[in-house]
Amino acid sequence: MATTYYTDEHEWLTVDGDEATVGITNYAQEQLGDLVFVELPEVGKSVSKGDDTVVVESVKAASDVYAPVDGEITGVNEALSGDPSLVNSAAEGDGWLFKMKLSDTSQLEGLMDKAAYDAHVA
Amino acid sequence: MKKTPFYSQHAEAGAKFGPFAGYEMPLFYPLGIMKEHQHTREKAGLFDISHMVHVAVEGPEAASLISRACPYDAADQAAASGKYTFMLNENAGIIDDLIISRLAGDRFLIVANAACAEKDVAHIRELAKDYDVKVNVIPRAFLALQGPAAEGVLQSAGLDVAGMGFMTVAEPRDGWFVSRSGYTGEDGFEIGLPPEEGPDFAARLLADDNVEWIGLGARDSLRLEAGLPLYGQDMDETVLPHEAGLIWAVPKSLREGGEYVGAEALASALAGEKERKRIGLMPKEKVPVRAGAILTDGEGTQIGTVTSGGFGPTLGGPMALGRIATSADESAIFADVRGRKIVMEPAKLPFVPHRYKR
Repeated sequence: MATTYYTDEHEWLTVDGDEATVGITNYAQEQLGDLVFVELPEVGKSVSKGDDTVVVESVKAASDVYAPVDGEITGVNEALSGDPSLVNSAAEGDGWLFKMKLSDTSQLEGLMDKAAYDAHVA
Repeated sequence: MKKTPFYSQHAEAGAKFGPFAGYEMPLFYPLGIMKEHQHTREKAGLFDISHMVHVAVEGPEAASLISRACPYDAADQAAASGKYTFMLNENAGIIDDLIISRLAGDRFLIVANAACAEKDVAHIRELAKDYDVKVNVIPRAFLALQGPAAEGVLQSAGLDVAGMGFMTVAEPRDGWFVSRSGYTGEDGFEIGLPPEEGPDFAARLLADDNVEWIGLGARDSLRLEAGLPLYGQDMDETVLPHEAGLIWAVPKSLREGGEYVGAEALASALAGEKERKRIGLMPKEKVPVRAGAILTDGEGTQIGTVTSGGFGPTLGGPMALGRIATSADESAIFADVRGRKIVMEPAKLPFVPHRYKR
């Protein structure tokens, strides 16, 4: 059963076993505005929690997206190179950024669930 | 943080605000920067530019003072016309770029950048000590209406602007000022009016289906596509007019000397080897290359920097303005973006053609 977690850096991750799909929240895309470019990480790269992993660029500015937990990048959303606006239209769905294999699932314990995140940005 | 007379209207329209030159200004609205940008090119975009400063210079020696402060002959300026110019320091560095309108014989209006207002006014007042003039900052609400539908919208709102040409100005009502100019490359107008009259007039314009509020985000992408420089990025007090691609604004007769502040330094810089120049650039990849990015030659040696950069919604790709060494080989320019070398192709300016009403 997959569970979705949220970070206070406005990322979401849906975890199934030790595999996670990661994106930015709908709240985050609203704050950023229209995205025009997404720089994705290389598959196979190891990341630690808090590392700059993705750069999302709006018309106006570039922003970093951090690795929410430790792990290895196992896939990226290739559709974003042709259509970065997917992150705006479906931030928590088709606009996902990357997939990763978690190296320490106990790190999930510090993250928020949907209700806590919604309260966090309210 | 200061607020403009339109603040509550922006908030009602759902603006996302950000700080700019001491004001809380709308960055974008629910429409979003892309659609706001396109709306301005297709219909009419309404911009709150009340953060800019209006300085009235009036009196028998007003033209002489302006000709001292700026490199052009204000005595020759036609009444009811505006002139793009700048104030220079003694080294010919740009203190601020301005539009100066001659409202009537001895009445001029300077419109200055918000971030420079304090130093501009201090500089003008200092120079004004030697002249018989009054220098007054006028509190005003200031709007820009830009785009192909702008003229029709203003006509419907009761302002007769149809006869005005690009860079002409008028005073249609007591305390009002209208200029056919702007910062988007489109036909359009800038309208200054008493602050208390601002919100009603904005509401009247917004009642027209052609009009949408446009934030600073799209203002920046529009001006960059139009190749228009932004003070503080594309020029500052260390940049000379020809290094910012702005020598066209200095009449030829004043490039070899004159009575204006900075004349000697500018003449000697122009007579010597020119060191730096402005260049339009298009990244060969989709990645935006932004202000501050280092420009290098093929060997990795720095030849300049990007002064403004971003994504052009009408252009459909990224674009940048840079300042480079005149000696640089333009066929091999690279930008450093997060450690990656991006090929930059020189591009003609503007990136998107101007559509001014001449």
